[in-house]
Amino acid sequence: MKARVHITLKSGVLDPQGRAIAHALGTLGFGGVNDVRQGKYIEIDLNERDKAKAKQQVDQMCAKLLANTVIENYAIDLVD
Amino acid sequence: MKAAIVVFPGSNRERDAEAALTQAMGKKPLMVWHRDTELPDVDLVLVPGGFSYGDYLRCGAIAAHSPILREVKARADKGMAVIGVCNGFQIITEAGLLPGVLLRNASLKFVCKNVRLKVETSQSLFTSQYEQGQVLSIPVAHHDGNYFADERTLDELEANGQVAFRYCSPDGEFGDEHNPNGSARYIAGIFNRTKNVLGLMPHPENAIEPLQGSTDGIPLFKSMVEALS
Repeated sequence: MKARVHITLKSGVLDPQGRAIAHALGTLGFGGVNDVRQGKYIEIDLNERDKAKAKQQVDQMCAKLLANTVIENYAIDLVD
Repeated sequence: MKAAIVVFPGSNRERDAEAALTQAMGKKPLMVWHRDTELPDVDLVLVPGGFSYGDYLRCGAIAAHSPILREVKARADKGMAVIGVCNGFQIITEAGLLPGVLLRNASLKFVCKNVRLKVETSQSLFTSQYEQGQVLSIPVAHHDGNYFADERTLDELEANGQVAFRYCSPDGEFGDEHNPNGSARYIAGIFNRTKNVLGLMPHPENAIEPLQGSTDGIPLFKSMVEALS
């Protein structure tokens, strides 16, 4: 089973990289970009076949290491 | 005082820290490799600057979960003194020894220069040899030094006297133009609640010889030796 984890900055946390990307998009002529927030995408290949157990396992991985919950949110997506 | 420096793959200021501690203690500190699971019996652990594990995932995150750091955290919880400088600050913050997090500099640029710091308190084992309000000249060298915590945490830090140093002008004034990285409330260094842990972005170990342009880092190391000997 594969876990797809999206890690995003919480709202209210300054994202200077996102801001720089938004600025660059404007420079390239892409109008109408209100805001850009940059995050991370992590794919994890798991032995676990049980979806509930896999979810629990990845949830702990996120809380312990993959995300810093002071500034980041995470979302887990499991695919067979 | 017995001291140890924890060395990770990618640490790069451990020799500078060794020189500063040797100067203050009159003997060399122990160097502990990150794979060691046994922490020697010491009074102080210094976590040095650098780019531990290439700053992969988030700066300090991988080192924060290494076996040796678990041991450092366990001893710190029992009162042992710990100081984290630059990447060391990021590591001990990721490890939960200090609140908040160090974000990418607001300018997105790596900042390497001398900055001025105001000593917020002399009431700690790290700052007793300074005067409260004293302005220091100490270098910074980092890409991710933008201290962030939610407003409630920042208020708590201030109320408990946990702010150790703030960025300021040569006259000791605060302002965005004197803040090299965008840190919340100009914070350059903080203590934990019990003040046996200090994390700071600037490098006091690089201000110990006149040749380096400043010797303002010396009292920090002398404070620790005095308190822990």
